[in-house]
Amino acid sequence: MTVLQIAGATKRYGNRETVSDVSLTVNAGERIALLGHNGAGKTTLMRMILGLTPIDGGQISILGHAPGSNGASRLTAFLPESVAFHRSLSGREQLRHFARLRGEPVARADELLERVGLGADADRRIATYSKGMGQRLGLSQALLGQRQLSLLDEPTSGLDPIARWEFYKVVDEIAASGGAVVMSSHALTELEARTDRIAILRAGKLVANDSLETLRREAGLPVRLHIAGRPDSADALISNLGGRPINGRSVELACREEEKMSYLTAVNAVSHLVEDIEIIPPGLDELYRHFSTGEDAGP
Amino acid sequence: MTAVLAIARYELLIVRRNLWVAIAVGLMSLFAVVLTMAGSSTAGALGVDRLTVTVTSLTTLSVYLVPLIALLISFDAIAGELDRGTLALSLSYPISKATFLIGKFLAHFATLAVALGIGYGAAGILSAVLGSTSAESLVALAILFGSAALLGASFLGLGYAVSSIARQPGAAAGLVIGLWLVGVVLYDLGLLGALLADDGGVFTTKIFPWLLVANPADAFRIVNFAGSEAAVITSGFATAGNTMPASVPLAAMAVWPPVVLTLAWGLFRRIET
Repeated sequence: MTVLQIAGATKRYGNRETVSDVSLTVNAGERIALLGHNGAGKTTLMRMILGLTPIDGGQISILGHAPGSNGASRLTAFLPESVAFHRSLSGREQLRHFARLRGEPVARADELLERVGLGADADRRIATYSKGMGQRLGLSQALLGQRQLSLLDEPTSGLDPIARWEFYKVVDEIAASGGAVVMSSHALTELEARTDRIAILRAGKLVANDSLETLRREAGLPVRLHIAGRPDSADALISNLGGRPINGRSVELACREEEKMSYLTAVNAVSHLVEDIEIIPPGLDELYRHFSTGEDAGP
Repeated sequence: MTAVLAIARYELLIVRRNLWVAIAVGLMSLFAVVLTMAGSSTAGALGVDRLTVTVTSLTTLSVYLVPLIALLISFDAIAGELDRGTLALSLSYPISKATFLIGKFLAHFATLAVALGIGYGAAGILSAVLGSTSAESLVALAILFGSAALLGASFLGLGYAVSSIARQPGAAAGLVIGLWLVGVVLYDLGLLGALLADDGGVFTTKIFPWLLVANPADAFRIVNFAGSEAAVITSGFATAGNTMPASVPLAAMAVWPPVVLTLAWGLFRRIET
């Protein structure tokens, strides 16, 4: 089921198109990462989906509803980047307010505070919250209501690794229960296991939109083989296999995806020199650089 | 409707936590009590009851104080939420900008009304305890309350309008102080200067009365001074206001709140969060 349908969406500020002809479809239960440099148009695209900023061209539909319409707002949850709730209120007061706005019982707010791990601090003033706690409070409001689509803008910025891990656990739960999730991020590495699809925006244009595996193939970025040699075998390894030495006894090779097996066979032939081998596929960082600058990243 | 009440409830929580209610009530009560006590000496000399004198003093004071309190409560309403990033979040909920604004207004207006009610109520009770009230002076007190509430509502709306224009809490705070100074203090000085220069000409008879009711603070003065015993003890502007029917300044005061709230809504709508 298609939850979010974006067709040729365009936003202009003066002569500049901050979002230009973007088409994207998000299905129920799908987690999409929206990547791009600052100013690439991620936040603008989210605000267009929310109806907070009018669209200058193209169409956006949330389960058939226009952005910003009551029908769409009811089905959409939003977590803005760096939101700061009123400092003099407690987390419980803040979340109960959001529950009332969604027409939900306040008990639901209390339940969600427990779920995001704020139960013990729910009655403390928000001013005393850490950044991670504030972000979890923000996430808890995005869990209210009949949401089918969750838009999370830089949700993990400023969170420590454990808070991130907990955060993604909740995101997985949303997706597992059939919700569509679109999140923008700079923290690339952590997204690998956490998203079904990656959409990359460059200067307002959608330059990539596919699964990580497909994007890797498409980009043709090299697979790296990290070969740890036995003592004093680096030179022998290089003369046999090529590549460049690393810290005296290891060698790193770069090859294309389809060449990987023949390289491994070659390594096997000199196995008496090899202690260990590690195969490193191109990571999200390299992919991101490839698509967001239009150039291949260096080795 | 549920959403309006939810927003009003939330704002009430904030004004209470921010001590705005306490500050407004404290200020109004303090002045009401001080003015009632101070009024005792003049009351006897003028042959009017104590409450009449108090109402007159309260009117003069409220012209300055009520707009100030209203602007201080309202300046942060939109700029503050924009600054904290909560405005975009609130508007991503199924509520309109009108709902958002009306909810805030209800809470702020209630705060102001409570402060006025307690302050003026204290003046009434204290006057009765200390000696003299009359049916007439009690009516004057009721009119004072009603018109002060309208005055406050007008300046709440102006505060929202300024908040929408400024978009930053700091700038909004500066602008409302400027607005207060111009609207409540300098406007009158300007009119006075023009009156002196005109020396009873066309401006004084035709234009001046309208300029007077056009400003809610001056309309408030006329509503409370004209036609009451208090007019005896006041001078200047109120008498000039007498050249037109008493219903005109009252109508002006009633028209102001909806007009400025609509203006604020129009300015608020232009903001892309």
